[in-house]
Amino acid sequence: MRRAVLLGLAMFTLAAPQILTATCHAADSINPQADFKAFRKYFTERFTNVPLNDFVNGPYSMDAGLRKQWLEIDAFPPYQFALDKGKEMFNTPFKNGKTYGDCFPNKGIGVRQDYPYFDTKSGEVITLDVALNQCREANGEKPFDYSKDDMAALTAYMAYTSRGKRFDIKIPDDPRALAAYEKGEEYFYTRRGQLNFSCASCHVQNPGGHLRTEVLAPALGIVAAMPIYRSEWGGMGTISRRFTSCNSQVRATPLKPEDELYRDVEYYLSYMSNGLPISGPGARP
Amino acid sequence: MQQRCTMAAKACGAILAASLCARAAAAAEPNARTFFMENCQQCHQVRGVDNTGNIGPALSDMKARFPDRKALFAIVFDETKRNPQTVMPPFGRNLILTSQEINTIIDFLYSR
Ligand code: HEC
Ligand code: HEC
Repeated sequence: MRRAVLLGLAMFTLAAPQILTATCHAADSINPQADFKAFRKYFTERFTNVPLNDFVNGPYSMDAGLRKQWLEIDAFPPYQFALDKGKEMFNTPFKNGKTYGDCFPNKGIGVRQDYPYFDTKSGEVITLDVALNQCREANGEKPFDYSKDDMAALTAYMAYTSRGKRFDIKIPDDPRALAAYEKGEEYFYTRRGQLNFSCASCHVQNPGGHLRTEVLAPALGIVAAMPIYRSEWGGMGTISRRFTSCNSQVRATPLKPEDELYRDVEYYLSYMSNGLPISGPGARP
Repeated sequence: MQQRCTMAAKACGAILAASLCARAAAAAEPNARTFFMENCQQCHQVRGVDNTGNIGPALSDMKARFPDRKALFAIVFDETKRNPQTVMPPFGRNLILTSQEINTIIDFLYSR
């Protein structure tokens, strides 16, 4: 029952009947590849005039007027300050002389597209933000707050060196990895909060719609531009900041930043974005 | 109520919740238009209100289209009854608005 409802229900209002059948076939077993196909098809058929690679630009892919303003702003990107700071932090050795680069494949340059990954040792999804804090702690440094500026600056720099590289999220042959994927998917489609919204209510049912004056981003490619500078925040926001504020908007109790379940959601969304280019850091109105 | 709003307001700073939380302040001067702006404007256009969203249909000609007040009340109270997939919040069922507040909004809609 549950798997039939997830994508099926969220897409019901506008979905072509064949998507419903496709997802209903997958009713009994977890099948990320079939989910991926149905998900991609839903967005590309609904937004036939949005080029596939453009979905990673979030609200700008949906609205010509906004896009024009963005291109003007992007000549002097508001995330530049964070980017410079992130680069400097990234290259400054810890007290023990090691650097962030020592913790990552390819010295941490151009690797954003491989996160999050499922860690078969711990049995958990590891996002880039968590990997950065693990690196700090392994080198005797205090972890950063997942919602604040230092983490945003570091992830902004790592996204920047990965721009254009395509999401390559793997689900290893491990039942725990599939379970994490499934939990993330389920969270994404479950309604919550006094206002009764799921993530999908906004980002699958209504991308391109205006919530007051904000243009809703499509779920396809939705994490590619993170972290983002938002004028409304007057600063940078990490993925954690965005997820918790989306939860609060519907008067749901947010999870802890980088809670295991949020990491599962990011795993699900990133897998759905496989093949799409990293576009972060982003700038939003 | 006051308590709940303050806490939510702290937690959110966001479009939906923030606007709903503004209610405590507005309560001193109950005003149908303010109720509409706090609860419905993010999704519905209505004559005479700016900066509306468009997730839901424009609410115009309400008297002609919804001559039955009960039917209109039911939609605002819990639209998931009519359409389980709707994104419109169940204002009555989830205690977001009291019946009296819903009726105030309905008067406002009938005046458009
Ligand atoms: C009530 C509507 C609503 C719900 C529910 C919602 N969001 Fe959002 N979301 C927004 C708005 C508004 C924005 C800012 C405009 C935009 O970029 O879409 C946003 C932005 C985002 C972004 C940044 C996209 C970008 O390119 O700037 C991410 C990522 C995101 N949401 C994820 C989620 C997740 C995960 C959930 C569920 C936990 C969720 N959202 C639930 C309304 C919502
Ligand atoms: C988050 C979005 C959202 C909010 C907030 C919202 N609505 Fe709706 N509303 C919708 C959608 C979407 C529909 C379309 C019907 C459906 O989804 O079942 C709708 C339908 C309606 C209808 C039926 C209109 C028609 O022409 O059939 C009425 C009346 C209505 N809403 C009134 C209200 C009132 C009054 C409020 C505030 C107290 C409100 N709505 C708040 C999204 C919303």
